[in-house]
Amino acid sequence: MKRALQLLLPGLLALLLVACAGTSVRGTGDLGLVIERAAGHVALVNTSFRSAYARIGGLGDLSHASVVYSRDARYAYVFGRDGGLTKIDLLEARIDKRVMQSGNAIGGSISQDGRIVVAQNYTPGGIKAFDAETLELLSEVPAEYAPGQFSKVVGLADVPGNKFAYALFDGGEIWVSDFTDPKKPVTTRYPAGLQPYDGLVTPDGRYYLAGLFGEDGIALLDLWQPEKGARKILEKYGRGEEKLPVFKMPHLRGWSVAAGRAWLPAIGRHEVLVADASTWKETGRVAVKGQPVFVMASPDGRQIWVNFAFPDNGWVQVIDTLSGQVVQTLQPGKAVLHMEFTPRGEAVWISARDDNRVVIYDTRNFARLGEIPVDAPSGIFFTSRAARIGF
Amino acid sequence: MASLLLACPALPAAAEPSAARQKELIHLVRQDCGSCHGMTLQGGLGPALLPATLAGKPAESLVATIIGGRPGTPMPPWHQFVAEDEAQWIVARLMTGFPQ
Ligand code: HEC
Repeated sequence: MKRALQLLLPGLLALLLVACAGTSVRGTGDLGLVIERAAGHVALVNTSFRSAYARIGGLGDLSHASVVYSRDARYAYVFGRDGGLTKIDLLEARIDKRVMQSGNAIGGSISQDGRIVVAQNYTPGGIKAFDAETLELLSEVPAEYAPGQFSKVVGLADVPGNKFAYALFDGGEIWVSDFTDPKKPVTTRYPAGLQPYDGLVTPDGRYYLAGLFGEDGIALLDLWQPEKGARKILEKYGRGEEKLPVFKMPHLRGWSVAAGRAWLPAIGRHEVLVADASTWKETGRVAVKGQPVFVMASPDGRQIWVNFAFPDNGWVQVIDTLSGQVVQTLQPGKAVLHMEFTPRGEAVWISARDDNRVVIYDTRNFARLGEIPVDAPSGIFFTSRAARIGF
Repeated sequence: MASLLLACPALPAAAEPSAARQKELIHLVRQDCGSCHGMTLQGGLGPALLPATLAGKPAESLVATIIGGRPGTPMPPWHQFVAEDEAQWIVARLMTGFPQ
C-alpha cells in the first residue's frame, strides 16, 4: 500500500490529465507501461513527466511478460507467463479485457493491419491468433514439427503481409504463418539450425534472424525471397573455443540494426557481434562485461545499450556505433532486466529489479535524470512500439 | 541414504544453510533460475521444477544437474554460486514445494 502511494504521488499530475481524458482530449504518444514482475501488476508511466500515473493489478504471473500496442497506441496487450492475455486501456487506466489463452506463454505480437494479436506458447507449443478488438480466438498453429512432437516457440515477430515469423526451439526451424485469412493461416517451414532461442525482424521487415543456442551462428531468412531458404551467418563465431556458461538467455527482440550494421549478442562469449546489414558478413566484435542479454540500438542508431546475464546483471554498457567502442559503463542498480528508449531517444529507462526502481538516463551525457519506485520492475514498453515492425 | 534424508524435510541435511543464506538461495531460485524455469517454477525454456514433476527423480542426479549443468542443453552449471550442500537444500525444497 505504502509503495503504491509512493508510486502514485509523483504521477498525480499525469494521473489528473489522464483521468480527465473523457473531458479533455489526450494523446498516448508519451505513455507506456512497466511490468512489476513479482506482484502481477503493471505501472502506467508518462515519459514527459517521468512518472507513474496509475497501477493496475490482477494480471497473474508476469515473469517474462511482454507487451505490444494497438495501432492507435491506446491499448496495451500484456502477455503473461501463465497464459493470461490482458488488454489495458492506457487512457482510462483500466483493464479492458482479459482471457486465459494457454498454459505457458512467453510473448506475443500484433499484425501489420493491427487486427490480429498472436501469442507464442511453450506448452502446448505453438501460436494462437486472437481478434485484437474482442480477444476472441481466431485460429492456432500447433508447432508440431514431427508427428506427435511439439516444439517450444520463440522469437515471434510480425512481418509485412499480415504474416508472423517465429522459430521452433526443439524443431530447429523458422516458420512463417500468413494470416491473410485470420481463421485459416498458411504456414511455410524453413530449416534453421540447432536450438533457435529467439528471433528478430530487421526494422524494414525484410530479414528475420534466429539466434542459435546449439551451434555458433545465426539463421537468416530473407522475407523478400523466402524461397531461397534460411542461411547461416556469423558461423563459427566461437572459433572452437569453449563456451562460457549462459545464466540467462539473450533476447533479440528490439531493433539492433544501427549505422548499417546488426549488433547481436554472442552466446557463451562476452561479446557483441557486429555484421554488415546488407552482406551479413562479420565486420567486428566488441568485448563487453558479461553475457549480453539485450543489445538495443537507440532510435537514431548512434548508440547500442547492452545489459547482461547473472552475475553481471548490475552493469549496463554503451557502445558508440561510429567508433565501435564501449564509451560508457553504468551501474543503474541490482538486477537490470530491461531498457527502453523514449520515442526519439533523448532518454533511456532502465529497470533494476532488486532495487525496486526504474532509473532514467540522459543518452547524451549519461546523467541520471530521475528514478521511479516500481515493485521488482522487468519489461518497460512505450507506445512508440505501436508503429514499429517487429515490436 | 542421502536421498532419504533429502526426501524428508524434517531431518535437516548435514549442513543446512544459515537463515540469511536460505533467503539468498530462495531469491536466486525464484528470480534467476526463474528466468528459464518460470518464477512460479511451472516451466519455461527449462522444465517445471514442481514437486509433482520432480517426484520419483533421484535427488542426487538433480543436485548434479544444478552443480554441473547439462551439456548440450541451456541448463548451465551453478557450482560457482551454489555449493553442493546448498544444491541439496534447494532440491529438497523443490521436491516438497519451494518457499515463496
Ligand atoms: C538458461 C536457462 C536455465 C537456467 C537459468 C536454469 N536452468 Fe535448470 N534447466 C534448464 C533446461 C533447459 C533444463 C532441461 C535440460 C534437459 O533438457 O535435460 C534444466 C533442467 C534442470 C533440472 C532438472 C529437471 C529434471 O526434471 O530433470 C533442475 C533440477 C534444474 N534445471 C534446476 C535449476 C536451478 C536450481 C537453477 C538455478 C540455480 C536453474 N535450473 C537455472 C535451463 C535453465
